[in-house]
Amino acid sequence: MAKFAHKLRTMTGRQWMDLLVQNAIYLVILAIILTIIILDPRFLSLRVLENILTQSSVRLILALGVAGIIILQGTDLSLGRMVGLAAVISASLLQRQDYAGRFYPNLETVPVLLPMLAAIFGTVLFSAISGWVVAQFKIHPFLATLGMMTVLYGVIQIYFDMGAGGAQPIGGHDRFYTAISTGRLVEFSAGGTRVGIPYLVLIAATVSLVIWVIWNKTVFGKNMYAVGGNPDAAKVSGVNVMGTTIMVYVMAGILYGIGGYLEAARIGSANPSTGFGYELDAIAACVVGGISFSGGIGKVSGAIAGVLMFTIISYGMTFVGLEQYYQYIIKGVIIVVAVALDTKKYLRRV
Amino acid sequence: MHDYLLGIESLSKSFSGIKVLDNVHLQVRSGTVHSLMGENGAGKSTMMKCLFGIYRQDSGRFFLEGEEFNFIDPKHALENGVSMVHQELNQVTQRTISDNIWLGRYPRKGFFVDEKAMYRASRELFARLGIHLDPNLKLDALSVSQRQMVEIAKAVSYEAKIIVLDEPTSSLTDNEVRMLFDIIRVLRSHGVGIIYISHKMDEIFEVSDEVTVLRDGQYIGTEAIENLDMERIVNMMVGRDLGHRFPPRTNVPGEIHMKVSKITTKYSPIIRDVSFELRRGEILGISGLVGAGRTELVESLFGARTLESGEIYIDGRKINNSTAQKSIGNRFALLTEERRSTGLYPVADITFNSTIANVKSYRGAIGLLDDKSMTRDTETQIDNMRIKTPSYKEQIRDLSGGNQQKVIIGRWLLTDPDILLLDEPTRGIDVGAKFEIYQLIINLAREGKSVIMVSSEMPELIGITNRIMVMSNGRMAGIVETEKTNQTEIFNLAMKYLINSTEAEI
Ligand SMILES: Nc1ncnc2c1ncn2[C@@H]1O[C@H](COP(=O)(O)OP(=O)(O)OP(=O)(O)O)[C@@H](O)[C@H]1O
Ligand SMILES: [Mg+2]
Repeated sequence: MAKFAHKLRTMTGRQWMDLLVQNAIYLVILAIILTIIILDPRFLSLRVLENILTQSSVRLILALGVAGIIILQGTDLSLGRMVGLAAVISASLLQRQDYAGRFYPNLETVPVLLPMLAAIFGTVLFSAISGWVVAQFKIHPFLATLGMMTVLYGVIQIYFDMGAGGAQPIGGHDRFYTAISTGRLVEFSAGGTRVGIPYLVLIAATVSLVIWVIWNKTVFGKNMYAVGGNPDAAKVSGVNVMGTTIMVYVMAGILYGIGGYLEAARIGSANPSTGFGYELDAIAACVVGGISFSGGIGKVSGAIAGVLMFTIISYGMTFVGLEQYYQYIIKGVIIVVAVALDTKKYLRRV
Repeated sequence: MHDYLLGIESLSKSFSGIKVLDNVHLQVRSGTVHSLMGENGAGKSTMMKCLFGIYRQDSGRFFLEGEEFNFIDPKHALENGVSMVHQELNQVTQRTISDNIWLGRYPRKGFFVDEKAMYRASRELFARLGIHLDPNLKLDALSVSQRQMVEIAKAVSYEAKIIVLDEPTSSLTDNEVRMLFDIIRVLRSHGVGIIYISHKMDEIFEVSDEVTVLRDGQYIGTEAIENLDMERIVNMMVGRDLGHRFPPRTNVPGEIHMKVSKITTKYSPIIRDVSFELRRGEILGISGLVGAGRTELVESLFGARTLESGEIYIDGRKINNSTAQKSIGNRFALLTEERRSTGLYPVADITFNSTIANVKSYRGAIGLLDDKSMTRDTETQIDNMRIKTPSYKEQIRDLSGGNQQKVIIGRWLLTDPDILLLDEPTRGIDVGAKFEIYQLIINLAREGKSVIMVSSEMPELIGITNRIMVMSNGRMAGIVETEKTNQTEIFNLAMKYLINSTEAEI
């Protein structure tokens, strides 16, 4: 600690500047939070914190999925539809027995986690196909996943039409399913409302931890960074580039499956347009968090910071009563500024 | 027992119908260094890539210790005792040194990568090879020569029976080259077979036991080094005698063209208080050890580095070269040392790559580009520098490494600059083409252009420059008349500002 203090005291202006640039995104978040607190001090409450964390949870899981693909110099436009697929599958299998418009009228009650596996099966299947197409035919992921996005919309519609519930959204969730999105692990009273640690937050934290371990501690994770940083180098070093690429898409598929399952629970229903446009939020959060489009660079903590930042901005701006359209403008500016600052990190001054 | 460790027999390979290797052979004995020589584009790298499983040959057979094999991919080759340092640095610069060295074979502990073992193994490897680098450093924090050493260490670490070194010294410092040769000698004494590719003749004579020469994808012959001299090798490579190595210096330096006064850079590596004058039509060489600030000096003149203080005058008028754009406007041109990574548009064709810096001058009447004159100029360059390519439409990434360099050199010559800054202009260029490049430089000087040329090759500095400026530890140690100097004087100047001599090492 003393050493650290000493270092701070002896830093030159240039080093200060570097430190600021390195941590630009965290400073931006801090500045926004402070502004909001000054405008409305009630923002500083456990209740708000819980809301922000809850709203960030599913987004984070999805962002971590596409993050791996971005590290491979790619992107995934089909993320939103993947969420939709997983949501529709999960919701259709988890309706209350006494609900009127059931998708499968004769289905017995299934264990609440089983449909998640079914959803994951679906998203992994399609995501792996994207990965294979990218690796085998060297098609740019933007195009491969653009195609997949369109295909998936068709698949979701076909599945949706198979149900007995007609054209209405798949609702009436089983109470265990609902509990996943509303339940809390520990609960206590604070400032008149009850707060605690929501299951969603716990799930997102666990997923982040697992992904962190995979990215940093396993051969697969290191290979992912290598393939993303320089595929030729990886290839001549004996890395299975195709296998690694497909695995990254499979991992993304797993996360999309989990995300879609949770999203349907959170919203309380699912229909073919569930998840529409989510890919842009997820990708924006990643790049704002320093997961670089040029590949080979990115951390789990970056994805977390990026997602939190966006949730805080939208939640906070709504909290202080800023109109939605202004929010869009601010968000857009932040994306570009954050990325510009981030690029600066990698520029060496000469 | 079989005689040879590695045998390559009747290897042929074509790219889109063009024969690049035609029935070539190579036989490497264990415990020897076998040099593979040939002009740029002769097929050396292609031959090695076929061996290593990067390319699939059209026909031909490989034998390792008498047993036939055919590697399907690099992984297969690495696992079976063949490792390779590639001509282009294939590294993941965003990751650490040890991540790069053990890429493809990370040590595991249960389900996880054993970082400790990896770090330890890297330390041991570096200690064994005499490299002083922390394996946890990220590669993009290293100099190109340090990255090259990492690549060499990696190739050695496979404990391979055959190690291919494709132009490993292209960006090494003298010290590092000596380290590499020590490493090679140790490997040789352990019975490893080494295939060595380089365009530097003195290296060939220093390390080789045998030499095989290719010309235009044809096998020319194999000889023991004792039976060869430089003329003979050049003759085998080019198919004729080359005569002189350097063209006559027909340029005549005139009045003062550029005056540089007390240039000091703002950020490290620091250049301090460099002042000199350059005459019109003069070729000024810059010598010094790597790390002495030679590259930094020319970059500072060109505005690629921020100056703390100092002035540049052209014809007595003070100019502002604070950005590359401004200096191009002031008719400066800089051929960078790292031209492959900073200057190449890999998927664009040769015409694009050679005219891009000068594209404005091809605008016709209504502002559209004049394709015909662009093609014509490109074809002139291809002829002048003997660039080996099927046509000007070829993508530049399909050219051999040396030929890519020639295109980039041509690009800067086409800009018709007044002051030409050349950083290692002949690196990776074969002997025949080197002569052409020297001739081009001298011709430009004769036309009244002034040239500053950084080079690590002493013979070339002595061969074509008028004066040589020696840098030492970021400062100018002196300027000498080329006619009146010798290698010892230059070497002593290069050491002038070194606190102790070990500083020149990595
Ligand atoms: N992938 C490719 N596609 C098409 N042509 C190629 C390809 N790779 C190499 N060539 C051609 O094959 C020929 C031999 O190239 P190669 O790289 O083997 O030469 P080299 O002997 O290594 O030359 P250098 O000394 O310049 O490195 C060149 O004319 C080059 O244009
Ligand atoms: Mg080559």
